[in-house]
Amino acid sequence: MSAEPRSLARRLFEPASIDSQAPVARIVTYALLFLWALVVVIPLYWVLITSFKGPGEVDNGPFYLPFVDFAPSLQAWDFMLVQNYTLRPYMNSVVVAVASTLLAVLIGSLAAYALVRIRFQVKLAAVAIFLILLTAIIVAVATFGVRWEIAIAMAAALFIIALFTLVGRSQLAVGNNDIEFWIISNRIMPPIVAVLPIYVMFQQMRLLDTQVALIATYTAINLPIVVWLTRDFFAGIPLDLEESAQIDGASKFRVFFTIALPLVRSGLVATFLLVLILAWNEYLLALFLSNVDAQTMPVLVSAQNTTRGPQWWNMSVLITVMIAPVIVISSILQKHIARGLLVGAVKG
Amino acid sequence: MTATDTMPEAADRRSWAEWLDGHSGRIMVLPAVIVLLCFAIFPLIISGYLALSRFALASGGFTLKFIGLLNFRKLLVGSQQYHLLGKFGTFGFVQSALLALIAAGVLFLLARYFWRGRPTIVGTVGRLLATAMAMGLAVLALATMAPGGVPGTVVNTLLYVFVGVSVQFALGLGLALLCGQPIRGRNFFRVLFFIPLMVTPVGIAYTFRMLADMQKGPFAPLVRAFGISEWSWATEAWSARLMVLVGDTWQWTPFMFIVLLAAIENQPRDQVEAARLDGANGFQIFRDITWPAIAPIAATVVLIRLIEAFKIIDLPNVLTGGGPGLATESMTLHSFISWRTQDLGGSAAIGYMLLFISTIVCVSFFNFVVRPARRFEA
Repeated sequence: MSAEPRSLARRLFEPASIDSQAPVARIVTYALLFLWALVVVIPLYWVLITSFKGPGEVDNGPFYLPFVDFAPSLQAWDFMLVQNYTLRPYMNSVVVAVASTLLAVLIGSLAAYALVRIRFQVKLAAVAIFLILLTAIIVAVATFGVRWEIAIAMAAALFIIALFTLVGRSQLAVGNNDIEFWIISNRIMPPIVAVLPIYVMFQQMRLLDTQVALIATYTAINLPIVVWLTRDFFAGIPLDLEESAQIDGASKFRVFFTIALPLVRSGLVATFLLVLILAWNEYLLALFLSNVDAQTMPVLVSAQNTTRGPQWWNMSVLITVMIAPVIVISSILQKHIARGLLVGAVKG
Repeated sequence: MTATDTMPEAADRRSWAEWLDGHSGRIMVLPAVIVLLCFAIFPLIISGYLALSRFALASGGFTLKFIGLLNFRKLLVGSQQYHLLGKFGTFGFVQSALLALIAAGVLFLLARYFWRGRPTIVGTVGRLLATAMAMGLAVLALATMAPGGVPGTVVNTLLYVFVGVSVQFALGLGLALLCGQPIRGRNFFRVLFFIPLMVTPVGIAYTFRMLADMQKGPFAPLVRAFGISEWSWATEAWSARLMVLVGDTWQWTPFMFIVLLAAIENQPRDQVEAARLDGANGFQIFRDITWPAIAPIAATVVLIRLIEAFKIIDLPNVLTGGGPGLATESMTLHSFISWRTQDLGGSAAIGYMLLFISTIVCVSFFNFVVRPARRFEA
């Protein structure tokens, strides 16, 4: 502390200590943060109070405060939740999101762990022949009307023959990095490119409009993200822990489930939440793959735009019940998210 | 099975376990590969085939006729050109100057690659592809946004991607820097600011339609005070596009914010304090300490956002239905509309073009921005 008194300007614009801000800077900081807080809150607030309005309150100009300038009613809530049986799409959403997220995290972290810990060598020739045969099957079935069982059997036979003859001679191989890059790059693919064949595929399997179809598809589209994030968590684990377990005779699977997975808990929570949110909010694929039985919440929300115009109050109820659980879960686990994503982003 | 603990059984079981252990790597990766083959590679090949054929409903099913690149020709130079690419305006001085500027920048980067180090074949091809893509998209964007031009769905998508992601990044970084100051209630802001990310995009679209309602929305008195309550943002191209961008920004700024804040909290504290003691100002600290520390993370979150931004459909579909005209239609929405009108070949062709553009942009961004940013850190 210096003896001379600081002038007013200096006191306003200079921090008192190294860990604090100058008064003016602090005011500006808080003002801007509260401004953005308003930007975040106003839309949410408006949705919440609209859910307590009826057609009259919405159509006769804006009303802002329940009990003050309009009388809130539970009509829309009653209509959506009790009369209209929103529970089924809601349960669909819960089942599909949770199941697909669990599957994606399990499959993805297994693959990520293996790609970090075990060296792979896949002959490029084998990959190329596989893709050529796959294309050939599709062309044969689609253009020449070959039965698909026959086409697949033929292709499988050819592939095995090729594995033992051509592939052995080639030297070019793809390694772990290439496999990883391929898995992650699948996320770049816009879902609209893949959705039509997936639709036809499930139609053939008579699985359209079932939860199974949605779970399988969501697992696939979120798998790349899981691999992307979890591979860095696994890469960060010290090797000796796993090695000592392996010397004791534990299998790779046991090491994975009992040692590696628990060590990356925090990252797994972040990955789980992120994927859960993505699956919970997914719209395009649900629009194609579900109709009545497996309808999920985003599709139901968009369906409120009826011929009588958008039913704002009903829609607001749906949006509110959709957001509420995710906000609660995320607020609790929020610290994990930031930390988990950080690790993924640093090395990913 | 009437298995008992006889010797051959046990040996059998052990050898099975050994086999499992010996192949554990492949078994671990296999599920992921199978899932991706079924839901990514296989559909992709079928879509590729669809993009090259004409689909027609016939009695008791449908027919597929192989027509080569006709679908693409229709989109690029034929009847769908207006929809996909838009209408070209007259190239004025401003457009030419901007294009020259972009060309100079891109060519400079390309030339620098050849001056420095040893150019490889893969590196050269990748850079040439990236250059060609950048120039092509720049010409398209400038030409359709010039006077007299109308942007098509490609330019709309690019607008959402590049303008949207830049604004979200700037806002997210700004908020993260503010929140990274020694303030009280940081966790409160963190939790609050994170919420929009969790709202379903369809819900956001409806919410913003409610908010932006000029007669019944919360801002109606304000609008009336300005005397523009008869005006509607939905009837004009640029205001409609702006609304889509606002909704998208509201949702995705939190993502940038949350990761960047974690990165800022992770920066070397002692360096910052030492710099403060030496009298460095805020900007200097940001430039010399904070930015280098967070650059790799910043590059990665932008990449993640880029990848997702190309797929935008929910917001324009619900907010504006792609209108007015096709002013807010994204490529995914365009493809969806083609699908609804039973033009499956055209739909797949648009999807493929989107795949092509987004792959080149994202892979280029990864190679030329994310990788150098990481090396910068190491």
